Amino acid sequence: MFSERLCTAALAAVSLAFASDHAFAQQKYDAGANDTEIKIGNIMPYSGPASAYGVIGKTEEAYFRKINAEGGINGRKIAFISYDDGYSPPKAFEQARKLVENDEVLVLFNPLGTPSNTAIEKYMNTKKVPQLFVATGATKWDDPKDFPWTMGWQPSYQSEAHIYAKFLLKEKPDARIGVLYQNDDFGKDYLKGLKDALGAKSSLITAEESYEASEPSIDGHIVKLKASGANVFISITTPKFAAQAIKKLAEIDWHPLHILSNVSASVGGVMRPAGFENSQGILSASYAKDASETQWDNDPGMKKLYAFLEQYYPEGDRLNASVVYGYGVAQTLVKVLQMCGDDLTRANVMKQAASLKEFEPDTLLPGIKINTSPTDYAPIKQLQMMRFEGEKWEQIGGIMSGELTE
Amino acid sequence: MSAAEDVVTEGQAVEAVPKRAMTLGAGTSVVVLLLLLAVPIFAKNFIIFQMTMLLIYGLAVMALNILTGGSGQFSLGQSAFYAIGAYTSAILMEHFNVNYALTLPVAGLICFAVGYLFGQPALRLSGVYLALATFALATAMPQLLKLGFFEHWTGGVQGLVVTKPDAPFGLKMGQDMWLYYFTLAITIAIYVASVNLLRSRSGRAFMAIRDNEIAASAMGVDVALYKTLAFGVSAGITGVAGGLGAIAVQFVAPDSYTITLAIALFLGMVVGGVGWLPGSIVGSAFIIFVPNIAESISKGLSGAVFGVLLFLVIFLVPHGARQVAIVSQQLIAKLKQR
Amino acid sequence: MELFTNQILAGISTGAIYACMALAVVMIYQAIDHLNFAQGEMAMFSTFISWQLMQWGIPYWWAFLLTMAFSFAAGIAIERTLFKPLAKAPILTQVAGFIALFSIINSCAGLIWDFTIKQYPTPFGSSPFLGSQLISTHQAGMIGVTVLLLVALYFFFQYTRVGLAMRAAASVPESARLVGINTSWMIALGWGMAAGIGAIAGILIAPVVFLEPNMMGGVLIYGFAAAVLGGLTSPFGAVVGGFLVGIVENLAGTYIPGVGNELKLPIALALIITVLVVKPAGLFGRPIVKRV
Repeated sequence: MFSERLCTAALAAVSLAFASDHAFAQQKYDAGANDTEIKIGNIMPYSGPASAYGVIGKTEEAYFRKINAEGGINGRKIAFISYDDGYSPPKAFEQARKLVENDEVLVLFNPLGTPSNTAIEKYMNTKKVPQLFVATGATKWDDPKDFPWTMGWQPSYQSEAHIYAKFLLKEKPDARIGVLYQNDDFGKDYLKGLKDALGAKSSLITAEESYEASEPSIDGHIVKLKASGANVFISITTPKFAAQAIKKLAEIDWHPLHILSNVSASVGGVMRPAGFENSQGILSASYAKDASETQWDNDPGMKKLYAFLEQYYPEGDRLNASVVYGYGVAQTLVKVLQMCGDDLTRANVMKQAASLKEFEPDTLLPGIKINTSPTDYAPIKQLQMMRFEGEKWEQIGGIMSGELTE
Repeated sequence: MSAAEDVVTEGQAVEAVPKRAMTLGAGTSVVVLLLLLAVPIFAKNFIIFQMTMLLIYGLAVMALNILTGGSGQFSLGQSAFYAIGAYTSAILMEHFNVNYALTLPVAGLICFAVGYLFGQPALRLSGVYLALATFALATAMPQLLKLGFFEHWTGGVQGLVVTKPDAPFGLKMGQDMWLYYFTLAITIAIYVASVNLLRSRSGRAFMAIRDNEIAASAMGVDVALYKTLAFGVSAGITGVAGGLGAIAVQFVAPDSYTITLAIALFLGMVVGGVGWLPGSIVGSAFIIFVPNIAESISKGLSGAVFGVLLFLVIFLVPHGARQVAIVSQQLIAKLKQR
Repeated sequence: MELFTNQILAGISTGAIYACMALAVVMIYQAIDHLNFAQGEMAMFSTFISWQLMQWGIPYWWAFLLTMAFSFAAGIAIERTLFKPLAKAPILTQVAGFIALFSIINSCAGLIWDFTIKQYPTPFGSSPFLGSQLISTHQAGMIGVTVLLLVALYFFFQYTRVGLAMRAAASVPESARLVGINTSWMIALGWGMAAGIGAIAGILIAPVVFLEPNMMGGVLIYGFAAAVLGGLTSPFGAVVGGFLVGIVENLAGTYIPGVGNELKLPIALALIITVLVVKPAGLFGRPIVKRV
């Protein structure tokens, strides 16, 4: 009798273990994922005013090709579907709907542009499809309470501006600041960050000049800023105008302390066309390694990047910051998908994305790590300031956080 | 550089479309209508959304057709009126909680007024000069929308998110499908009204001005009145389209209404056939779907492919879809004769 | 007062850019009586060709000459293959053709040379001009070349047979044909010359704004505006118009409070339209009398 009960109990225990074991290995899929494939959607401006950023999409596509060649993620290949929105919000909306409803992708990865992402944010959250690692530094993407399906990646513009403000307050308290900013969400977000962090001292800003991206040349604005008597020049500009500003500053023999926003701190894309001799002493901040710096020549992470470029994307210019960016963010996505294991539901993707701890992609500066949590949707929050010397950037100071309260 | 004046016998800038040929035959109209009614029942939500956009841009192209094809005034600035209509709807819906359907007549009226006012200085301009003036309006609009002064209402560069309406009276219809039928009803109503307008005395006045302004004036047509009226009507319809666009896309921002939109609407008019109202749908289909086709052919060269396709169309049918319709009409007539 | 002079000078230097482009615009208008939307893109493409030649080691002035020849030939080729068949089509269709050409050229340039900016050399150097910190030697050179071009064009149209034939073909085509002028080839010639002038404009502008496929988009609008302001029939007016637009824009940005800076372009355009309403043919254009 007793042995019979023991047998039944043992049988029950074994079957229970077997059942739970089986449940453990069970695969869960949402649309866009199955045993062999994960569909990733993407929207990039391959045409129109922001087409220079199309390189990011091309880098990511090449990176996923590499991952597939190396066996994929947990045995599944990535199908990367990228559409052009021409930097137009209605088009972005249409492409997002196409990706979600027609192509049935698992996640929408790294869509670019604040207007485009704002246009699709509500839709993505209503449809409960991850809008993951958006390619814009607008501060509003860190809002898990209202938009739990939307997450940024790069440090926000405001946090970068906080760092410059803190630097100025400490190093140059007598500054007379002249600001040149692009009249769009990017420029305005930055300016707000600057003013917030300067706080009571925001009167240090003696002149503000906004320009439109459609203006051929911003020379007139530079003239005005010089005339205002500023001794600090903060350039919240995209690459073309950043280069024009550097050049014009040299031409009119004006040598203020020149702070340049990170989006234009590209050696290949800005400093070289503008002239290395004109770019000496420019300050900026970054979170990623720059290929121009010889100190990273033997860095294992960067060597992987260079090898990847040579094999899978030879036209990619390593000195183009967009290429480095695309590699880093794609690597982060791969990490998240790996962490999902066999549970490839959209909810789980978001859950894993919100559980990144001390993750270091190959391309981030040493000491800068990605951390997320269910209440913290800002993966990268740290930056390090740098100064342009000779033909490359030199890191100065330590890793700084972009928080206001520090 | 030596003559004091240039004396020009001005050829028609915009070719005349005979009144009879302005619309589809009754039979074709019924078929098209049935198609438009039936498609959403079988199609996915995304296709319904695309068809809604098709109708909306079709409205905007039709408005341009009335202005250019009807009264002969060049306009590369329709995106400005579209933007005003879109923002009017968005602001009314989001800041003042007005029902979405009521925002449309308001958008239409405001744009009518703006168009009418713009028509006044435009009276002295024609041809390439008017094109430049309207071009200037279209380029100015995004910058006006970004102005700090209006930021409280417009949301500035961030734009405004618009809530999508549900089907009323608890109808068991998806949001997309309801919006589609709502848009279809409005489009048909405006189409019928436009056709009637062009057939009426005002319409004849428009066409007289288009064909030969000086002769029309000599015959007693109040050129100033009708030209500004044409601008107003065209702007009003574009405004309604803009409002519908804002509701369909659920978002308005200055970047949505750039000169690219104005150029696209212009292309839509040419491809559809200038002055031929039914062609507006064909033109609208061209500007929505052909870029997608171009992109699927080649991502890197999507612009070039689009240009080549556009060239193909204008080489084969320089007068747009209207030419196709005329040719098919002639073919059918020939077949009937046999 | 100093700010005022500074802005005027800055306006003159940006105005030089617009004046260059406006000359090309007027050139094509003289030939075909329309504005060619693809003018800017053709200029941009020519500039890229010259850049590429220099990348391959060809010295600046040889690259310049080769590009001139290429642009001239390309302009004629485009006209013969793409726009001659459209000559009988309505004007609006031809405008659609210009837009298609714009799209094709822009896209091809983007594919061949990508969208990152490139530095473009200047033969004039970049040091301050006559010690002035506001105009560099390059910008002074730009103004000089524009004026030279203007004079050359004037002589061409006024004192050469071909120039006269072109003017005749553009303004009174039937009469021109009656006296044996091949109007069709005059149009082709006009396209070639416009393409060449556009290339010069691009080569002068690129050192200032940096070379990239989208560089001419904004410039073209200003070029149109300047050409229309000066009078589409007057190359001299186009150049004057260019400088005026540059100056007005800068002054508006500086002195109109509040919105001046954000509405520079709309204000400049609004002023041009006002001028047009008063003088419909532009400041220096010949008034056009329309007959029934």
